[in-house]
Amino acid sequence: MPVNYYIFVALALFSIGVVGVLTRRNAIIVFMCIEIMLNAVNLLLVAFSKMHAAVYAAAAPATVTGTGIDGQLFVFFIMVVAAAEVSVGLAIIVMMYRNIHSVDINFLNRLKH
Amino acid sequence: MNAIIFSAIFGVVMMFSGVFFSSKQLIRNLAIGLMAALLVLNAAELQGYGLFDINLNNMLHFTSFGLVFNCIAFAATFIYLLLSARDIEQVGVNLAEYFALIFFILCGVGIATSFNSLLMLFLAIEIISIPLYILTGSDKRNLKSNEASLKYFLMGAFSTGIMLMGIALIYGATGTFSLDAIATATKGFETLLTGGLLLLLIAMSFKVSAAPFHFWTPDVYDGAPTVFTSFMATIVKAAIFAAFIKLFEKAYLPSVASWKAALTFIIVATLFIGNITAVFQQSVKRMLAYSSIAQAGFMLFALFGYSDFGKEGILLYAAAYSAATIGIFAILLKMSDYTFDGYNGLAKREPVLAFVNTIFLLSLAGIPLTAGFFAKYYMLVAAVKSGASLWLVIFAVLCAAVSVYYYFRVIQAMYFKTATTEDVTTAPVTINFKVILIVLAAIIVLLGLFPHWLFTKVYF
Repeated sequence: MPVNYYIFVALALFSIGVVGVLTRRNAIIVFMCIEIMLNAVNLLLVAFSKMHAAVYAAAAPATVTGTGIDGQLFVFFIMVVAAAEVSVGLAIIVMMYRNIHSVDINFLNRLKH
Repeated sequence: MNAIIFSAIFGVVMMFSGVFFSSKQLIRNLAIGLMAALLVLNAAELQGYGLFDINLNNMLHFTSFGLVFNCIAFAATFIYLLLSARDIEQVGVNLAEYFALIFFILCGVGIATSFNSLLMLFLAIEIISIPLYILTGSDKRNLKSNEASLKYFLMGAFSTGIMLMGIALIYGATGTFSLDAIATATKGFETLLTGGLLLLLIAMSFKVSAAPFHFWTPDVYDGAPTVFTSFMATIVKAAIFAAFIKLFEKAYLPSVASWKAALTFIIVATLFIGNITAVFQQSVKRMLAYSSIAQAGFMLFALFGYSDFGKEGILLYAAAYSAATIGIFAILLKMSDYTFDGYNGLAKREPVLAFVNTIFLLSLAGIPLTAGFFAKYYMLVAAVKSGASLWLVIFAVLCAAVSVYYYFRVIQAMYFKTATTEDVTTAPVTINFKVILIVLAAIIVLLGLFPHWLFTKVYF
């Protein structure tokens, strides 16, 4: 499949994530939308990684070992960091829920005065 | 390399110290001692005594600029711990963990000043951000702290997503994450590359709270426990600027003409919004949050006029701004009332505190004989040398003039107003606290007289 398809899917997922973050009011759903954004990036990185590997292979078959691999490497780092972020983020949301018994983002506007 | 490895180890040591030691005094002293050790180890690497020789695959690149920057950040943290370690105790019960998180953030600072690959940039920003989310929310029972933490977390994660998208697009265009290779990127994918760089610029502006992406800053700085706001607004902010300037130098400078317009817009908006909004604040803590946005506007000039002058300027700016702001926050922590009125008559109650606070505020405002003056001067000279239009520089000077108004309001309250009620009090301060503040003020004045002293290590 051409790499364009992957790019379109990834950009669509990313846009869904951005729109969700900007419009939804539930902290958990906002958080899920951020995760969708990160996963869109993962998909895009893997697609680009394959694309670059193919480009290099066509240009100079001898140097193909290892080219394009760093894109996939990056994906693992994103997964690990996202997991760390989830653990901190959910803890923050639980902390807020304990205090106000709600996970509504509108609550955040109280700080502006 | 010393800085990165040892700050991570010291962070783990601090975590275990909470298990093995029950005395708060001991944990506090351990943290201060480890911080001093970290500073010495980093200075040793600057002298050429790196303890590690690891094949980094060109992902990190240790320059004297980065190491000097580390020294400034670690020295600032050291002074911060000396001044405020007791106040960290007041925040909650997990004292050792707060210190551990601070060390982990410093690990991120070490990476941010030396990255040479977008992967490392991403890791540095995240290592700095994630502990900060926790520190912001560390006052668990306080609703304001909860709100600030959730807001900071959602905004931070969102901007991380944007940054990652930018990195992915740059990777698509160039096939590499290495900063050196982006500069010499192959032709043919300009749209991808430009889109990626734009998203990256937006995300970095988020992180340094440059307008129009600054809206989270006042709320988060206001809601976080004051002692951690001090850390967030100074060391962390300066470190992200160090990363930003390196990124700009490598990735944007080849096509800088097209980015200057965007950067000009960001600078003008940041200076304007930061300074004008700060004028209307009633709380000193919130005023300092807006002032940090305004100061970020000046630091952005280092990107605009990228040169040796700009590089020296950002070092001096980081030192001057961090020192002054840490001092002001340390004094603010002793106040019972965070509004301007809380400072009324401070000169009568605590003449020493009022005097050093005046020096810090003068430095932030950029009055000559303080470090802040030369910091601003270097920034503007760098901008002029790089061919910035004159109106941009004039606008910056006018904004600095506006900033004098809200900084001097505090001085006016301290010296020329008397406390109307008796319930405005200052927490008792020890003689050590005063001595450290005086040393800090002396450093600011010395840097204002001999700014070159800071740069000698960058070149030799």
